[in-house]
Amino acid sequence: MKRVFGDRKTIIILLAPTLIIYVLVKLVPVAWSFGLSFFEGNTLRGFTFVGGANFAKFFTDPAAIQSLWVSIIFAVLATVGQIVLGYLLALLYVFVLRKGSAFVRTAVFFPMVLPTVAVALLFRSLVSVGDNQGPVNDVINFFGGHSVEFLASTTGTMIIALVMTYWSSMGFYAILMYTGLLDIPDEIIESARLDGANGWRLVRHIVIPLSLPILISSIIFSFNATLKVFDSLLALNNGGPGTSTAPLTLYMFRTAFEYAEYGYGSTIALVLTLLCLVFTLAIFRSSRRRAED
Amino acid sequence: MLSRRTRRSMLAAGVALTTLIPLAACSGGSSGGPASGAAGKDPAKFTVLTANENPTLAKELDALAAGACKSENDALPIEHQTLAQADTVQKITLLASQGALPTHFIAGTAMVRPDGDLGKAGLVLDYKKALTDLGAWDQILPAAASTIQSVYGHEVSLPYQYNVEGIWYNKQIFTKLGLTPPQTFDELLTDAKKIKDAGYTPFAMDGKDAWPITRLIGMYIFRSVGPDAMKAVQDGAAKLTDAAYVQAADQVQKLAEAGYFGKGFISEDAATANNDFLTGKAAMKYDGSWLLANINDPSQTTIGADNVGLMPFPAVDGGKGSIDQWAANAGAAMAMNPKTYGPKVGAWLKCIVTNYGAQALKDQGVVSGFKVNGTVDNVPPATKMVQEKVADISQTVLWFEALMDGKSTALAQSNVSLLATGQMTAQDYMSQLQTSIDANK
Repeated sequence: MKRVFGDRKTIIILLAPTLIIYVLVKLVPVAWSFGLSFFEGNTLRGFTFVGGANFAKFFTDPAAIQSLWVSIIFAVLATVGQIVLGYLLALLYVFVLRKGSAFVRTAVFFPMVLPTVAVALLFRSLVSVGDNQGPVNDVINFFGGHSVEFLASTTGTMIIALVMTYWSSMGFYAILMYTGLLDIPDEIIESARLDGANGWRLVRHIVIPLSLPILISSIIFSFNATLKVFDSLLALNNGGPGTSTAPLTLYMFRTAFEYAEYGYGSTIALVLTLLCLVFTLAIFRSSRRRAED
Repeated sequence: MLSRRTRRSMLAAGVALTTLIPLAACSGGSSGGPASGAAGKDPAKFTVLTANENPTLAKELDALAAGACKSENDALPIEHQTLAQADTVQKITLLASQGALPTHFIAGTAMVRPDGDLGKAGLVLDYKKALTDLGAWDQILPAAASTIQSVYGHEVSLPYQYNVEGIWYNKQIFTKLGLTPPQTFDELLTDAKKIKDAGYTPFAMDGKDAWPITRLIGMYIFRSVGPDAMKAVQDGAAKLTDAAYVQAADQVQKLAEAGYFGKGFISEDAATANNDFLTGKAAMKYDGSWLLANINDPSQTTIGADNVGLMPFPAVDGGKGSIDQWAANAGAAMAMNPKTYGPKVGAWLKCIVTNYGAQALKDQGVVSGFKVNGTVDNVPPATKMVQEKVADISQTVLWFEALMDGKSTALAQSNVSLLATGQMTAQDYMSQLQTSIDANK
C-alpha cells in the first residue's frame, strides 16, 4: 500500500478526476466572476471593459453601502445569538440533562431540517396583523396592548428575522458544541470540582478554554453562514420595508439578474467574498492570540 | 531556476488571463438594428413562453389551436413553456444570448423598448409591419395599439389583455351610507371618512405587492399635473421633486395614516385584499379590469357581481388632468422572435389576432385589445359594464412607473411601504426616485 501511494503517477491518476471536476465547477466560475467584475453589460448586450469603475461605483452607491451594513449587522447579531444560545444549550445537555438530553436535543434541532422559506412564511403568519391576525398580536391584545405591525418597520423586521434565525439554527450549534464539550475528560472536571471550582467559575476557567477550538469553529461557521443570508430575509419581507433589510446577497441577485448588470453583480459578489475572508481571518487571529495568552 | 513563489504568481496570472481573454472576445456589444419583418425561418414548433401567473393565455391559445386555428396548428404545432414572471428578465436575457428565444415570448417592459436590450438587438418583431403585410392590422383596437406604442415605444406586444384601471366600489355600501361615486379627490376623502366611521375599510389594499399604492400616487399626479406628467419627468422637463409631484406622495401617505387602507395593509396580499372587497368588508379597491375574473366567480363574490361598480380615479381640484382619462395597460409584453418569423408563424399570428378577442371574451369574460369578431352571447353583466366604459374612453393615461427603467421601478415599489408607514417623507421618497431616474438615463 505504501508503495502504491508513494508513486507519483498513482497519486495523479487517483486525484485527477476529482481535481478536474473541482476546478471546472468551482474555480473556473469563481475566476470567471472575478474577471466579470471588471466588465459592464450582460450576455445579450455584450461586455465592455471598464477597469475598476465597478469598484468605484460600489463605494459611492448608497444602496450597496446600506446592504453592506445590513449584512454585517445581521451577521454580528445572528452569530452572537446563535453561539450564546447554542453554548448555553450545550452546557444544559452536558451538565444538567446529561444522559436524558436526547429528546430535548432532537426537539431543539428539529427546526434546522425545515426549509428556510417555510420557516420565514411561518414567522410571517405568526406576527401578521389585520383580518388574519397571528398569535403574537393575539397575545399582545390579550394583555391590553394594541396590535403591532412588526414587518412594517426596519427594526421590527430585523428582530423577527433574528428570532427566526435563532429558533431555526441554535439547535445545530448546540449539537456542534455539545460534541466539543463531550470531549472534555471527566477527570479534569472532577478535579476542578474537588479544587472548589463550581458553576460559573468551572465554566469560565475549565470548560470554555477546553472547548475553545470547537467554539471558534462554530463562530466561523455561523458568521460565514449569516453573512450570506438570502432566502430568509427575502421570504420574510422581501428585504423590506423599502430596501432597509436587503442584505448584500439580495442586492447582488437583483443587480445581476433583475437589472441584468452582470459586471456590477460580480463586483458585489467579490466584495462579499472578501468580507467573509477578512472576518474569518480576524476571528482566527484573535483566537490564536488568546491561545498564546 | 524559478522559485516556487514566482511559479505560483505566474500560474495566477495565467488563470487571470485565460479568464479575461474570452470575456474580452464577448465585449463590444452585438450589432443592433430595428425590429424586422418577415425575414425569418419557420421553427419546428410554435413555441410560446408565458408566465405561470397567467394560465389563461396558454389555455386560450390551446382552445384556438383546437378550434379556429386548427389548420395553423396542424402545420406548426403549438408548444408551451412557462416561467415565473419575476424571472422574466433573467431568462429572456439568457435565451436571447444563446440564440434560443422561443417564437412568441413574454418579456420585460424595458427590454423591448427601442433602447432596451432586445429592441436594440433587433430581437422583437414589429407587429404593425407584420400585420399590415398580412392585412390584419385592423384587428388590433386603436386604443390598445396607442397604449402599446406609448409604453413600449413601438408595436412589439400583442394586447392579450386590455385593462382599464379604476376604483371598484361596493354599490350596496355606497347606497346604505348615501354616497355617490366621488367626482373630486376631496369628495373621496370625505366619503372614505364616512365609510371608516361606519365600520368598513374604505380601501382594500394589497400592500405586499406595492404597485396598488404607487398607482394611487401616479393617478393623483395625472389628475393634478396632467396626462403627460410622467413623460415630462422622463424627458427631463419636470422633476419628481417639484411641489405638485411631492404633493401626490404626501396625499397617499395621508390616506394611509388616516387608516383608510385598513389594518396591516403593508403585508396584505392580493388574495386577501380581493377577498376583503368581494365579501363586503371593504367598500372600494383600486384595481384593473382583470379583477373581472374574480368578480364573475360567484364563489368569491359573496356580495354579488351586480353590486360591484367601477369609477375612475376622481379629479383633483384645480388640476390639469380630467376624470375621463382612465388608466390603461395592455398586460405584460408578449413579443415575437423575428428570426423564427416565417410564413407558418405569420399564419398563426393572423389567426390569433383575428380570433383571440372573441375566444377570451366567451371563455373567460376577459376584455382584450383585439377586435371581437362575431357575436358572443352570455357576457357577464360586470364584463359588459367594463366593455361599455372602455368604448366611451377617448384618452388614457399610463401608470406611475410605466416609463421608468427597471431599477427605478423597483425602487418606487420597495420604498412605497416606507412612505405609507410614515418612515419616509414624501419629499425623500420622490427625491430618491428622481436620483435613480437620473442615474439610469
